[in-house]
Formats: sequence, C-alpha cells, structure tokens
Amino acid sequence: MFVAQMTGAVLFGMLTTAAFAGEGRLLVTGGATSLEGAAGGGITPWAVLSGYGEQGEWGADVFATRVETGDYRLDVAGVAAAYGNRIELSYARQRLDLGNLARDLSLPENSLSQDVFGLKVRLFGDLIYDQLPQVSLGIQHKRQKDFLIPSLVGAQRSEDTEGYLTASRLFLGGAFGYNLLLNGGVRYSRANELGLLGFGGDRRDRHSVLKEGSVAVLLNRYWAVGVEYREKPDNLSFAGESDWADLFVGYFPNKHLAIVLAYARLGEIATLDNQNGAYLSVQGSF
Amino acid sequence: MLRSLCIAAFSLVLLVGCAQQPAKDDSLYRELGEKPGITRIVEGMLLNVARDERIVHFFTKVDIAGLRDKLVDKFCVIAGGPCVYSGDTLEESHKGQKLTPSHFNALVEDLQVAMDSEGVPTPTQNRLLARLAALRGQIIAQ
Repeated sequence: MFVAQMTGAVLFGMLTTAAFAGEGRLLVTGGATSLEGAAGGGITPWAVLSGYGEQGEWGADVFATRVETGDYRLDVAGVAAAYGNRIELSYARQRLDLGNLARDLSLPENSLSQDVFGLKVRLFGDLIYDQLPQVSLGIQHKRQKDFLIPSLVGAQRSEDTEGYLTASRLFLGGAFGYNLLLNGGVRYSRANELGLLGFGGDRRDRHSVLKEGSVAVLLNRYWAVGVEYREKPDNLSFAGESDWADLFVGYFPNKHLAIVLAYARLGEIATLDNQNGAYLSVQGSF
Repeated sequence: MLRSLCIAAFSLVLLVGCAQQPAKDDSLYRELGEKPGITRIVEGMLLNVARDERIVHFFTKVDIAGLRDKLVDKFCVIAGGPCVYSGDTLEESHKGQKLTPSHFNALVEDLQVAMDSEGVPTPTQNRLLARLAALRGQIIAQ
C-alpha cells in the first residue's frame, strides 16, 4: 500500500515537475554553460540562470565541453538546475589531459581532475526588461582530485571556495540594430588554472580580485558571436599563468540545444606556452 | 510677435522645434511595411497565438477581428505611424489577467515568428521589440 502511494507520489511529482519545467524566457537568454558549470559563456559565467525557467518554473541543463590546445586537452561535463529565475545549482567534472607534458617530464600522472559545485543567485535586475541589469552572486566549491602534481609545483591546498559577482544586460538593437549582450564580473579566487593545479601557491597564497567579461552580438534569434576575457591569478613560481580570452560563435536552434564553437587563447599553462586552440561545447536544456 | 517668440523658443530648445506637433520619426513604421505590413504581422502573430497553448486561453472570449484592428492601430502608433489608437489603456485591457513574465515572452516569441515569416530584418524587429519591451510594465501583473 505504502509502495503504491509512494509510486503515485513520485509519478505525480515527476508530472508536476514536467509541468513546471518552464520555457518562459526568450531564446539565448539561458546562455550556454561555462567551464565551471555555471550558465554563461565559455570561460566566464553570465548573470543568467541555467535553462529557460521564469517565475515559478524550473530550468535545467546538461553539457559537455572539450578544449584542445595542442599540448593539452580539457574535458568538462556537468549538470545545472535553476528555479524561478532566481537560484541555480550546478556540478561540473573537469579533466585536464596532460598529454605531451606528462610524456616529456615522465610525470607520475597524465591527467588532473576536479569537481566544481556551484551556487548562483540572481540578486536583482533583469537581463532585458528591468531598469537595472541582471546581477548575480555565485560561489563555487572546488575539489582537486589528483593533488600530487599540484603539490609538487607549489600549490597549497586541494580544495577551496571562491565567489563571483556578475552583471549581464541585453541591449535590444544595441549593436547597429542587432542585440548586444554585455557581461562583466569580478571573481575572488586563488585557483591555479581554474583549480586543476590546486589553490594558492608558493608565490602567493591569498585570494585575488580578478576581472572577467564578455561581449556578444546576436545576429538573429539563433546565432551569437562574441569575445570573452578572464583574468587569472599567478600564484605558482614554477610557471606563469596567463589570462584567458576567446572568440566564439554560439548557435541556439531551440530551447533544448546550444552549440558553442570558439577559438581560445589560453597562453602559458604549466610551463608550456601558446596553448591556443579549439573549444567546442554542446548543451541540452530542459 | 508670435513668430519671433517661436523663433526664440526654437533657438533655446534646438531639437524640440517650435511647431506644435513636431514631425514624428516614422522610419520604423515604414520599415515594417506601413499599415499593410503591420496588419500581416499582427495577423501572423494572432495565428501563432491560436496555436500557442501557453497563452491561447487568454484569447478564447475575445473578438479576434476587433482585437486585430486594435493591435494594428497600437503597433502603428508605437512604430510612429499616422494612426489613432482608440482602445483601452494597456493596464485596463490586461486587468485581472495576472499575466506573468512568461506569458509576455510567449507573445514576444509569437510576434518574432510572425516577423520572421514576413521577412522583417532583424534590426527592424529589434526596434519594434525595444519599444514593446518598454510597455511590459503596463501589461504584466495587472
């Protein structure tokens, strides 16, 4: 009897969840998914929340991303869910394949992985309609899973929490008649290469205030092109850490699919310079 | 005397001009295809609404032909065209419907699809959408 009741309750829950899984926001305003799992661009989050849910509606994303830079390959996959266009929870697993570096230096491990648990809250404003731009506050808790190499090059810890504050605004017709999306934010972090090389370093062990942002132009309802920039800390003395930038094109054929292709300039990563290459991300939204 | 006053006023408020009814910018109205183009866009939008289960229930008891005429006039005025809108205010016509942001966006999407079908260029669509976006506060949560 109880089992039947529970089954009924779960079925009812699934049905009502499906009913509330909303598509109340306009196409593209759910964004793609950034490398750390938060809704946004590729290397930076936007203030928007994952999926297309408005007030009283759920939204959710799954995504997979690959970045190939010649010497390295970064794979990321994750999920995010948001409710009421207010709060977003996300999880991402990152794996950096060390490729040439592991072979050349006979490193004890050939990849570095980490988990990123994210929370983002829209504080106020709206991407399009309100007087104020949409402003969101996020925190990300990161757990580096293969700490041997990071510890050998001077990283101080394998877990850390960082915060970011970001603002986004879509200006209708703002770029010579085309819609213009501006994002800008600051991050308070001591993550080395997103945290894949641990947190804090022999050179600097304090959080840094790091600027990040992006500019995108929507060519129509389905296509966006733009640039992103992300400042990075430089905590480890064994190698420099470059700021990141990319040029991207995003395709949003409907509210269930997004594809982002980019040319990423990641600079020096763990002694190897000129790590520039292709970024591809595929996202499903519900 | 009046004339010199008017010239004086003109030189003070350069852009406003001294005519009692300054010439309206009707470029958006013309880009949308004037009255015939706006009529096709509004009719296309209403046909999309009829298939849109998110919002169609708000229109079941509405005189559609009358609504079309009112919307054409409203869009015409919004676009800067030489029309007169004689309907209720937006607050009055949406009163008690408790429209949500999602409902508003659903109508925006039905309008976008209609404008795509009419071949309205993206920058022109954005100009109209920007003017409609400014009216959102008079439409939702009334």
